[in-house]
Amino acid sequence: MSEEKKAPRKKLAAAADINQFMRDYYLELDAAAAAGSPKIAWCTSVGPAEILRAMGFLVYFPETHSAMLGATRMATDLIPEANAIGYSPDICSYLTADIGAFLRGVTPLQKAFGIQSIPRPDVLVYNTNQCRDVQDWFVWYGQKFNAPVLGVHTYRGVDEVTDRHIVSIAKQLEALIPPLEKIAGRRFEMEDLRRAVDLSRQCSELWKQILDTAAARPSPITFFDGTTLMGPAVVGRGTPKAVEVYRKLLAELEERIRRGEGALEEERYRIYWDGMPVWGRLSAHAQLFASLRANVLASTYCNSWIFSALDPNDPIPSMARAYTELFIVRSDEAKEDYIRRMLSFFQVDGIIYHDAKTCPNNSNCRYGMPQRLEKETGIPSLILNGDLNDLRLISDEQTKTNVEAFIEQLEERRR
Amino acid sequence: MSEAALYVGCDVGSSRTKVAVLDAGGRILGLAVRKSGTDFTATAEACLAEALAAAGTDAGRIARAVSTGYGRLNVRYAHEQRTEIGCHAGGCYHAFPRAITVIDIGGQDNKVIKLDAAGRRTGFKMNRKCAAGTGAFLEEMAARLDIPLERMNAMAERSTDMVRLGSFCTVFSATEVLEHIRHGKKIEDIVKGVFYSMIKRIVEMDSLTAEVVMTGGVVAHNPYLVRMMEELIGRPVLVPPHPQFTGAIGAALYARSGSGEP
Repeated sequence: MSEEKKAPRKKLAAAADINQFMRDYYLELDAAAAAGSPKIAWCTSVGPAEILRAMGFLVYFPETHSAMLGATRMATDLIPEANAIGYSPDICSYLTADIGAFLRGVTPLQKAFGIQSIPRPDVLVYNTNQCRDVQDWFVWYGQKFNAPVLGVHTYRGVDEVTDRHIVSIAKQLEALIPPLEKIAGRRFEMEDLRRAVDLSRQCSELWKQILDTAAARPSPITFFDGTTLMGPAVVGRGTPKAVEVYRKLLAELEERIRRGEGALEEERYRIYWDGMPVWGRLSAHAQLFASLRANVLASTYCNSWIFSALDPNDPIPSMARAYTELFIVRSDEAKEDYIRRMLSFFQVDGIIYHDAKTCPNNSNCRYGMPQRLEKETGIPSLILNGDLNDLRLISDEQTKTNVEAFIEQLEERRR
Repeated sequence: MSEAALYVGCDVGSSRTKVAVLDAGGRILGLAVRKSGTDFTATAEACLAEALAAAGTDAGRIARAVSTGYGRLNVRYAHEQRTEIGCHAGGCYHAFPRAITVIDIGGQDNKVIKLDAAGRRTGFKMNRKCAAGTGAFLEEMAARLDIPLERMNAMAERSTDMVRLGSFCTVFSATEVLEHIRHGKKIEDIVKGVFYSMIKRIVEMDSLTAEVVMTGGVVAHNPYLVRMMEELIGRPVLVPPHPQFTGAIGAALYARSGSGEP
């Protein structure tokens, strides 16, 4: 009678291909680091990866590495290493976990793929669209590796994306090219960039179609699936292989829809997640929601790697637009408009905001948004206090009680 | 339902375990409370035995039991678990069946729960991870001031010049208390400052709409908190007949309904 309920989770066959994709991706980087060729560029998650690929760099994304530190629950032990050298426990726990791992000389790539260390950068390129922390993070590594650090400084709180924004960001992107040419030892070719942008756009379109399958009832996918399936959209955009694995995944999800098969055994409630995942609790959270017959099926986070503005015929301005239309840099009004559309598209019963202690830019519940949206849409909301990587900032018991009580509340609304 | 049938609610809180035994008409027949201790299962059993004895009956008449609170999964005799948020809401609505805002001050957390006129939850908030404003905060302050917890209420009532504690944090608040002691402030005034700090933490959690109901063990033992809340928000605050048992009563009401509806 008094036992934790267990709900079976259904695996997607394409997940194995995605794991293989990630393995190949990291092994290729590791081989390049050992051989000194091709050159390696570090890039922020929504940095100018297409330019880097067009210039022949292999691209490594520290944020993805840090998410692995979180998912493997290594992060919490490593964060204090960075705290001790002056990086506060209140700042981005991706940064602190990653720098902590470097200081300790460990990486989750070792256990996952037998790789001993992260690949040495020839250049580090950031876009502050995620936060200022990425700049600090890259500058620290730039000094460690004595490698140049280049960056794009974004606009923030953007209401409507205007030509002025685009021109400014496009100029910053263009300004990256001469120093990158020197580091790459080759000339930049616009044709190569068109190809990379075209592949990125294809990857983005497929990723969008994959996430949009969640609009089906029942949804064939969960947010928790999405956070592990998104690897190619982040690290592989601009490559043909990412396009290939996503075609297969999309076909599998469409097949699930045809068969009327949901990601959960039973989907009684449909939930939207805003904010970062709690990487160290992905499985626990998936289990918790499934046991309550609630499918967290869509999220702002996974959607953030959809770049519909990318246009191979107009590569640099379209990159500037795609990276400025991004949810994270928008005004609350634009964000609310976006979430409203998502709530309606995915036919959501409730919305959960993750207030991640160390990630203010991805915590959208701090300026009255939940209250405003709830008033307008009538869709109940819940705020969960937690963090993306630092498990010291999480109370599992409080999370569980909050989630259970929220589902009880949704249940009461149906009476 | 049989007249003889009994319904049990067991609220295993972080500090105390409470059991309520109700009949099919929703009348309270027996109540019991104990320190939750470290063996929640045994405490829940002992508490049930005590409540049944108070009701002058035995376990044979129990038709259904629902558990709630932090230790809700440790109650062997429970047929179902509900969250303490649902149970406090149900218990309070049973006492005041109209649109209300429930404030529960618990040992480890505070809750603000809003109910519509039909008793449906329209929203709820729990305090964040910090203990400030909870029963644990009060215990910490009592220890700092070296006074028994049960004397806090009477002392706060005697205050004539309340001190103000500004910090969110229990540790920082304790430092502030030490500073006031150092400056020779009267203990009564510090205790009232501690109380005031607690209710300030609660009003920060959510807007208090509709009629306000306060519940929980901390309120049961420190009714002066209710008066202070009334002064702060400028309107009367309701308290159910057995504030410490509201969660247990709500759980028993869930048990009675058998359908997850108190």
